[in-house]
Amino acid sequence: MATKTTIKKSTIKFNGNGTTNHLSENRIEVLKTYKIYIGGQFPRTESGRYYVATNNRNEKLANVCLGSRKDFRDAMVAARGAFGGWSGRAAFNRGQILYRIAEMLEGRKSQFIEELIKQDSTKVQAEAEVNLAIDRLIYYSGWCDKFQQLFSAVNPVASSHFNFSVPEPMGVVAAIAPQNNSLIGLVSVIAPIIAGGNTCVVLASNSKPLCAVTFAEVLNSSDLPGGVVNILTGKVSELVPFFADHMDVNATIYCGSDIATQTMIKEKAAANVKRVLIYDKQNWTAAEAQSPYFIMDLQEIKTTWHPVEHIGGAKSGY
Amino acid sequence: MTTKKNNTIKLKFDSARNLAPAPESKSAAKINPRYDLFINGKFEKPQSRKYFDTINPATEEKLSEVAEANQADVNNAVKAARGAYDKTWKKMPAKERAKYIYRIARMIQERAREFAIIETLDGGKPIRESRDFDVPTAANHFFYYAGWADKLEYAFPNRTAAPLGVAGQIIPWNFPLLMAAWKIAPALATGNTVVLKPAETTPLTALKLAEIIQEADLPPGVVNIITGAGATGAAIVDHADINKIAFTGSTDVGKIIQRAIAGTNKKATLELGGKAANIIFDDAPLDQAVEGVINGIFFNQGHVCCAGSRLYVQESVYKIVLQKLKDRLETLIVGDPMDKNTDIGAINSREQMNQIHKYLKIGQAEGAEMYQPGGTLPKKGFYCQPTIFTNVAQSSRISQEEIFGPVLTIQTFRTDDEVIEKANNTPYGLSAGVWTDKGSKIFNMTTKLRAGVVWANTFNKFDPTSPFGGYKESGYGREGGLHGLNAYVNLV
Amino acid sequence: MINTKIIPDFALSPHVDQVGIEERASRFTKRSIKNETKINGLKLALNMIDLTTLEGKDTDGKVKQLCYKAQHLMDTYPGLPTVAAVCVYPSMVKVAKTALGDSGVKVASVSTAFPSGQAPRDVKIRDTKFAVDQGADEIDMVISRGKFLQGEYNFVFDEIAAIKEACGDARLKVILETGELVTYDKVRRASDIAMYAGADFIKTSTGKIAPAATMPVTLVMLEAIRDFYYKTGKRIAMKPAGGISKSKLALHYLVMLNEVLGEEWMNNHWFRFGASSLANDILMQLMKQKTGVYQSPDYFSLD
Repeated sequence: MATKTTIKKSTIKFNGNGTTNHLSENRIEVLKTYKIYIGGQFPRTESGRYYVATNNRNEKLANVCLGSRKDFRDAMVAARGAFGGWSGRAAFNRGQILYRIAEMLEGRKSQFIEELIKQDSTKVQAEAEVNLAIDRLIYYSGWCDKFQQLFSAVNPVASSHFNFSVPEPMGVVAAIAPQNNSLIGLVSVIAPIIAGGNTCVVLASNSKPLCAVTFAEVLNSSDLPGGVVNILTGKVSELVPFFADHMDVNATIYCGSDIATQTMIKEKAAANVKRVLIYDKQNWTAAEAQSPYFIMDLQEIKTTWHPVEHIGGAKSGY
Repeated sequence: MTTKKNNTIKLKFDSARNLAPAPESKSAAKINPRYDLFINGKFEKPQSRKYFDTINPATEEKLSEVAEANQADVNNAVKAARGAYDKTWKKMPAKERAKYIYRIARMIQERAREFAIIETLDGGKPIRESRDFDVPTAANHFFYYAGWADKLEYAFPNRTAAPLGVAGQIIPWNFPLLMAAWKIAPALATGNTVVLKPAETTPLTALKLAEIIQEADLPPGVVNIITGAGATGAAIVDHADINKIAFTGSTDVGKIIQRAIAGTNKKATLELGGKAANIIFDDAPLDQAVEGVINGIFFNQGHVCCAGSRLYVQESVYKIVLQKLKDRLETLIVGDPMDKNTDIGAINSREQMNQIHKYLKIGQAEGAEMYQPGGTLPKKGFYCQPTIFTNVAQSSRISQEEIFGPVLTIQTFRTDDEVIEKANNTPYGLSAGVWTDKGSKIFNMTTKLRAGVVWANTFNKFDPTSPFGGYKESGYGREGGLHGLNAYVNLV
Repeated sequence: MINTKIIPDFALSPHVDQVGIEERASRFTKRSIKNETKINGLKLALNMIDLTTLEGKDTDGKVKQLCYKAQHLMDTYPGLPTVAAVCVYPSMVKVAKTALGDSGVKVASVSTAFPSGQAPRDVKIRDTKFAVDQGADEIDMVISRGKFLQGEYNFVFDEIAAIKEACGDARLKVILETGELVTYDKVRRASDIAMYAGADFIKTSTGKIAPAATMPVTLVMLEAIRDFYYKTGKRIAMKPAGGISKSKLALHYLVMLNEVLGEEWMNNHWFRFGASSLANDILMQLMKQKTGVYQSPDYFSLD
């Protein structure tokens, strides 16, 4: 496969001090290694395999890890390990961390725009997508300590008990992110997962993986505990069976329209009665692509009962 | 049977068990010799031309025979439900829909005694439970959801709830009428029509409910009740014109259903098995805790998916709790379900009795110590003594697998961390119980226990307003309360 | 008479969940008592009655009438037992003792400045000794509820122990007056204090304060008795008093007793009903069982 390389020269104009700019003509650029993100670390795939990410112009963008089922297994261990701590955090604190992710993304906006442009977006599209991604994180940051209030209930049972139902995170979510909208799709899937206190393993867009890896770097610098979000790159067809049949996964999300894959996921999910969510008709840039219902898709409702004492005047006799 | 006594002081309860018979009268209920399928508002002979017997598990005598619906019968039922959905039900103003559901609730209340008697005759549960729990709770469920029908716009913030269409509902034999209510009431309130199949060992109260639905003048086809066994259920699950499957039953069958509908757009709620931990801390009100354990595992012969079948007792109170439990066991009256004093009735079927006995053998083979109270069982019918196993390990099969009978395993624990870990160490997550007098500990426990219903200082409480359903392999979706509406709507 | 060497810290008495105990108590009322079980139960209940008159206007005449009734509940119904005891004020003990003779019916006397108990300890001791000297077989004392509610558990304990000593051979019933203790936790704590201090009986109420005996409060006390028995091997008797006037309710109490403490408690040595109008209701029920006809109070003597 003949691929033209675009990595000879940076397309970004430096606005820093003149010295740096001046020297750049002769400088060899440091290329970025795109690695996967597991447990707060950036390992290479244990398989040692890679694939070449290209764009529509068939330009080589980077060598990207071709993640394996063992990477997924390792990521699952990290995600499960992080679940207790993350779900136990105060909702307010989770909100702050999501906000922090947005801040970090804002700060590295130009890098994402650059990557999106490499991956065939126009500049206008790229800027819009990054802005939307930042805004979406802010949106879900705000929900962290509010959706519970909206979707909880105090149930007026007929017996002398106090009874209430609250949402609780399902646990570990394995998600296949959308192939297009490689940034906003990814963020739109991850944000409601973690806003609700779940942890996750996410398979990034296969064709447009760059932003996912860079987003992992953003996560890693955002006070998000390691293991809460784990991001793999690789082939959907190869990894999706494991996302669906791993016995420690509580819910599987598939953002794709391939019917055979959907059916396969749902069938395999039955092994441990996983919850399966198919987001196949979602336009991730639309306003409807964000709502607390995405958080609630990944929540269980827990109902708690406790007796209520009635002594003395409230009742005749006791 | 030899049992080691941990204390020489022993109370005597023989006279407490030997009360004069106090049987409920069978004559207050009418059971037809044969029941057909309730399709499109009428009782229709089955296309299959086949009928099967339903027996009284307390006596093994035949009560009636009911039709066995085949594929063609299921087609007819779904067609009737679809027709009713398109032509009448989805067009009917919500407040009118509500009135039909209220009407059903009232008619169940009016005929409560008859329902209770039939429930006990057909299923083997004590008449005290069918009378005081199953039937009133079923009526209340209809009453609760009736009121939701014209208030759905308040239930889902910023969304409109639309009905799904035809719901196929398959229910188990442990709470036949109540499960029918749990399924039908929210489905109707949200504007769906229904094809419901009761369990093959306990079809009679559902068919009695069909009579009420007919009497209530519900538009034909809105509720169809068809009887049969696994094949009938499979035909419902696989039917192309069904939009929603609601199933309560075993986790094994739940998984089969999840696979069966994988290639479709059918929505599903599954309410499956459980192996609930019931945890007693040393500061608990012990006598109430013991009573909660008794209710937790011996209610309805332990045929309860949320039964508290794994008891964890803090080591410092283990001896006294065990002593109290054993004494309490002595006063449980096992026998004729129709006797008003019976605490533990008949096991629902021979098959289930064999299953329970299999686990009693496994438990003993695993080296657990088995304890059963004195007292004799009736010669005929399917019965099992209330049983507790001590010296049980977390890795014992009897403490891992759902037995669905009056069998309790007891383990001890030392610290909070240990018991949380052990309690959650199961594929199931339907319910859990915790007993302690300390408020902050309760909230720690109820938060950490991965189960859909957590009872603190109580157990096995149910209410129409209270959502019920599991985590993990105990299924998904909730039944009851505001959250129970979710299962039957599309949010647009 | 304290069997245990170690006296527990009564502040650590077990707690009681109100909803749970009331649920359990109501479960006993679901038992359906029929035919021979009912007849046996009713006769047993009669035999457990402490027929009581505790009024300022009590006279010798009134007490004598009551004592006759105690021995002759209904002579037209053969085979009926007597009641267990006649319960009177100390000043009436002698009259009752003479009237009851060797019938086997015991004389119980309230004492310790009944019903309030608001008197100095030496007065209470004298009150008790007087009743015993007059021939009382049983003493029904009241605890100092004020002191108890103040948390002065040692005071209450010592007072019970002192009265126990003053009783000599008479059996001591300790009235907790549960209606003034209000919570089940306090009832349980007071029960524990009374038993460890030497009570032969624990008793719910004076009959002068509402609520008097209820099934749940009695259940709390029965469970305290059970725990004491588990720990010490010593049996304590129970007496609910006040508010039990219907035979159906009495049967519920017996079901409760039978299922909590077992058949060894099912006799009037270990259980009493403090009641005045219960006897006639039981007699009416027995007649109904015998004749199959519902009865009128006019056919049963009022004493």
